[in-house]
Amino acid sequence: MNTPYDENRIVLTEEQVRRRRGRSIAIALSLALFVVLVYAVTVVKLGPAVLVRPL
Amino acid sequence: MSLASDGAELSRPLGPAFARAEPSIASVEDYLALLKPRVMSLVVFTALVGMLVAPGHVHPVIGFTALLCIAIGAGASGALNMWYDADIDAVMTRTKSRPIPAGRVQPGEALAFGATLAVFSVATLGLLVNLLAGALLAFTIFFYVFVYTMWLKRSTPQNIVIGGAAGAFPPMIGWAAVTGDVTLAPVLMFLIIFLWTPPHFWALSLLKSDDYARAGVPMLPVVAGHDETRRQILIYSLILAPVGLAPSLFGFAGVLYGAVALGCGAMMLMLAWRVYRDRKGQPAVSAARKLFAFSLLYVFLLFAALLADYEIGGLGWLR
Repeated sequence: MNTPYDENRIVLTEEQVRRRRGRSIAIALSLALFVVLVYAVTVVKLGPAVLVRPL
Repeated sequence: MSLASDGAELSRPLGPAFARAEPSIASVEDYLALLKPRVMSLVVFTALVGMLVAPGHVHPVIGFTALLCIAIGAGASGALNMWYDADIDAVMTRTKSRPIPAGRVQPGEALAFGATLAVFSVATLGLLVNLLAGALLAFTIFFYVFVYTMWLKRSTPQNIVIGGAAGAFPPMIGWAAVTGDVTLAPVLMFLIIFLWTPPHFWALSLLKSDDYARAGVPMLPVVAGHDETRRQILIYSLILAPVGLAPSLFGFAGVLYGAVALGCGAMMLMLAWRVYRDRKGQPAVSAARKLFAFSLLYVFLLFAALLADYEIGGLGWLR
């Protein structure tokens, strides 16, 4: 795919923008899943003890 | 046996077609393809069975986490394999439409993707589930990427024999995720997949030997010929059939598993015998194709039977 260039920067085609948005959404969803996973495992492993652990 | 000089030379780096620094045109689907989802499905299934038949209890959230990490670790291995083997994939009809040789994903993108997922999956499994499972996953990824992909695949016809260990570890990792140890039962599950790999891949390589020869990959049919490959397929099938029965013979599984393993082992042997016997023309192609197709079913059926056996109490002694 040839990418149009102007003097100072690369101008993405519509298709490239669409695909970049798709990748960004996938990364966001993956990170959200990871956060939820760590939260859930913390609750499962520590339960209420998460609040009484020494700092 | 070193065969680097027998086939076409594999050139690295990948050349100008792979080196363009244009903005990425990779779609989410391309990234998912890098994970080799079909291979991943077998990994997830065998790891799940390893987890479910293991003695002890694991919280569903921890079990899900373990399975997710194993799946992502397997996918990371696939992405790193596609990154390194893009030059081979580009000249093989079976693989030339993969994201990197097709030009949809840059090699650097695949490398970064695979390495990131590998580190995250191992760290997450080790920290959130247990260290042994994390260590086993790390070793599996290391073995598949460095030992199989970077070393064995291009240097010896025993590549898939030794490299098959990487595909055999998932049930052991699943087991370790629950128990924190490794005993004879997961070793037997490992052995079943390990011994199943050569007849499975050699049946495919009989059908695709021209492809492998063009790419300079020293698969057994390319190096030793089709007849020797047929002989080796039969030998490995003869070993696989009794090893497939071993979980029942050692008392790890019950009658149901034993019956399925006996039937599937007999079927594998019959199809391997046909591959050995039918050496010319369409019957030879048909025999190899049928063995390849059934070998896929073989692993699924054996592990499904192991799970079913456990569910009806055959593995109750383990508890």
